[in-house]
Amino acid sequence: MLEESLKLRPYLDETGVMIGLEIHVQLNKLNTKIFCGCSLDYHNDEPNTHTCPVCLGLPGSLPVLNRKAVEYSIKVGLALNCTIQEHTQFYRKNYYYPDLPKGFQITQYDYPIASNGNIMIEGEEGEIRIRINRAHMEEDPGRLVHEGGSIEHSKYTFIDYNRSGVALLEIVTEPDLRSPKEARRFLDKLRNILEYLDVSDTTLEGSMRVDANISLSGGSRSEVKNISSHKGAERALLFEIVRQKNLLRRGGTVVQETRHFDEARGVTVSLRTKEEAHDYRYFPEADLVPIRVADWGPEIAKTLPELPDARRQRFISTYHITDDHAKSLTSEKKVAEFYEEVAGQVDPKMAAVWIADVLKGELNYRDIGIDAFKVEDMVQLVSVLSEDKITEQSGIQVIRTILNEGGSPDKIIESDGLLKAEGDIVTTAVEEAISENPQPIADYLNGKSEALNFVVGQVMKKTKGRADAKLVRELILKKI
Amino acid sequence: MITVSQTIKAIKESSAVEVVEQCLEGIENSNNNAIIKVTRDEAINAARKLNGHPGPLAGVPIAIKDNISTKGMETTCGSRILSGYVPPYDAHVIERLKVAGAIVVGKANMDEFAMGTSTESSYYGPTLNPWDPECVPGGSSGGSAATVAAGEVPLALGSDTGGSVRCPASYCGVVGLKPTYGVISRYGLISYANSLEQIGPIASNVEDMTMLFNVIAGHDPRDSTSVPGEKDYTNALVNDVEGLKIGVPKEYFGEGTDLAVKKSIWDAVHTLESLGASWKEVEMPHTKYALAAYYVIAMSEASSNLARFDGMRYGLRLEKDHDWHTTYSEIRAAGFGEEVKRRILLGTYALSAGYMDKYYLKALKVRTLVKQDFERALKDNDVLIAPTMPAPAFKLGEKINDPLTLYLADVNTVPINLAGVPSISLPCGFSDGLPIGLQIMGRHFDEETIIRTAYTFEQNTDFHTKTPEVA
Repeated sequence: MLEESLKLRPYLDETGVMIGLEIHVQLNKLNTKIFCGCSLDYHNDEPNTHTCPVCLGLPGSLPVLNRKAVEYSIKVGLALNCTIQEHTQFYRKNYYYPDLPKGFQITQYDYPIASNGNIMIEGEEGEIRIRINRAHMEEDPGRLVHEGGSIEHSKYTFIDYNRSGVALLEIVTEPDLRSPKEARRFLDKLRNILEYLDVSDTTLEGSMRVDANISLSGGSRSEVKNISSHKGAERALLFEIVRQKNLLRRGGTVVQETRHFDEARGVTVSLRTKEEAHDYRYFPEADLVPIRVADWGPEIAKTLPELPDARRQRFISTYHITDDHAKSLTSEKKVAEFYEEVAGQVDPKMAAVWIADVLKGELNYRDIGIDAFKVEDMVQLVSVLSEDKITEQSGIQVIRTILNEGGSPDKIIESDGLLKAEGDIVTTAVEEAISENPQPIADYLNGKSEALNFVVGQVMKKTKGRADAKLVRELILKKI
Repeated sequence: MITVSQTIKAIKESSAVEVVEQCLEGIENSNNNAIIKVTRDEAINAARKLNGHPGPLAGVPIAIKDNISTKGMETTCGSRILSGYVPPYDAHVIERLKVAGAIVVGKANMDEFAMGTSTESSYYGPTLNPWDPECVPGGSSGGSAATVAAGEVPLALGSDTGGSVRCPASYCGVVGLKPTYGVISRYGLISYANSLEQIGPIASNVEDMTMLFNVIAGHDPRDSTSVPGEKDYTNALVNDVEGLKIGVPKEYFGEGTDLAVKKSIWDAVHTLESLGASWKEVEMPHTKYALAAYYVIAMSEASSNLARFDGMRYGLRLEKDHDWHTTYSEIRAAGFGEEVKRRILLGTYALSAGYMDKYYLKALKVRTLVKQDFERALKDNDVLIAPTMPAPAFKLGEKINDPLTLYLADVNTVPINLAGVPSISLPCGFSDGLPIGLQIMGRHFDEETIIRTAYTFEQNTDFHTKTPEVA
């Protein structure tokens, strides 16, 4: 397995960057926390209103495992091509921190729910396989709210236990990533899979938190904590590569340490070295009995939805669209569903172009989701376009108008007069433009090819932009 | 001592309020320090509301060990660090007691966090043994056993991690049961060593103890180690041991066993033999390793279970705060007593990297061997009989500064917790006026047979009728 992976993953350059990620995913699509009945619907509520003796860690309280959390974890494990443990068990990870009400975190150690998986991501030269070491369940601690927002300068800190006890799945990769960009692609892919599985709403704050391990040329690794976005992961890793390179260039050595990513400044700062590392004293959590999940996997596998890679392949074979389009359309579950609905009613290839190349760009520019656009509007737009009734430029204008002001394609086409002009009007405009502009025509005929653009522009002006520029160009050439 | 039936009779003749009032007065006038918090108002209010309550313990006063959470009543575990902590919820056993109509009259003293054999490590001062105020009542549930022995209440709840119900039952001449692990929900019991402990009933006789056990035992989905099913244990109150097979493990009569204790136990075996039982000696070769394994496991678990006491959300808070690290350290330094600190430190050590294999994991292996000893011994025998404690109660202050000697006193009780089997201690004799406890151990989930054996012994002897002369 190792050799195979190294063959797949040669060092990309002489710096020998090796990156491994630990991703904490909140299973926040569950109704309740992992060890108690408190609801997860706390994001709009006051702090400490979704708590009970269990998630507050009050003396005498005991955890009871949420079976649905196990199911969700197995789902993710299967989607990451992992082996599901026959018996799974919980352990205590002992450490003190103000957000941890029991002084230990209930987590998994030996016998994690899932292990030995892999997923494919897009590399510089085709697809690459990133191995998953394990995925284990644990409880989220509470959330610290520092007065003034910064841990360095605040006089006091509040603790909100609404988050305490939310089910987390920690996914640990092998150090198979070779660049910050790959790390980001991996995270995007993982988010994509989680979205398809419907186990986590990754748009919620803190729903995907990343720790990154990075080393150069087989040297000591540093672990960067507190990365809260995929972009942040890329930035933190870029910073670490530069920092470690500079250190090595100056003749220094990289020490094994834990570093904190300061998102505002875009830098990592040392938190503790190996000597100061915690001894977590993992030992079995006797308040929870080991559970046999061997029979769960096959049952849950039957309920797994189609995952992004499979859907991509199906889009290519069913709708005969390009791989790039299929990739783009499946990278978000809602976009894929949107596309399928549109593709069922109009030309799928054209729909792919308009959704993947145009609509997605406009949505990204506005930082909004596909929910802002109606399927029927896209169906209408693509059919008008395929009947060649409006120009591509007008098509883009319709999309922008809908996103900015609302409305439907037919209304916008009518009110903005976007229907393509009649043929004789265009012909008249072309003839007028040729006779009114003898000099540019002469320039063009003398080899100054860009001079023709001026004449085309005059025609567009006369037709108020309703003419097809390509067609106009052809008409002019025919007549001179 | 007072029995449940006497109490119920008194309630019928007067009223629950009067009986509870009388009981509270008795506790308030007592100087044995068995009850560290009298819950007078709550008790009187509860008694007033009973009004023909149909529960089997309607109006019967009960004392609760101070490590069992009682809603609205301060629960300290005998520790300074939990001073002022008032749980917002009832333990499962308290809910069941309320349904049965029992009245909580006070919180019973205990060794701090149940770590001890004498109740001397309580932050709230030691409890005195009603049979001799110069002697310890045993521990850690010393307050619970002493208040029953002193005739202040008919019933009490204790908890047993390594003998903490049976030891004080033995020293105070009352009946106490450590049930099979999983029979009584631990929800609301403040953990010391969670893989070992069970809440246990204490009473002046086997029948009352069984009645109380019957009320508090049963499945609770909030404790994942709680086993399903309900039983009526009072069906086991049968005066009959015909054909009963008794095993007597010779390892339980080791060096240091008091002669009077040895004699009383063998007398008890012969009494049961005369009633139709048979006996034979059995070997339990791993017994000698049990004590060490027990302490390693209990301390390891304790080091983790007691990590939550940091003063942030409840309990002790000192005048001045510093950064969180310093504040935690200062609160824990001021809030925990010597024995608790010792066990947290040793437990932390036993779990640390490089030592875990040598201590904690090895202790788990011993635990398996001890369990197998019990399985073997109980294959051909219905019950095992041995002394609960190697000797009667010792003097206050005699061993408290010598932890190892104190730990040795638990030699006959800890193997039961390692194995998870049930065990009863009941009075079977006296040595210089101090009670001796008979320990009857049984198979997992076979409380019925040990209850029947204990009940038969009690019906045919008069040790349980002896009462200390309380000053």
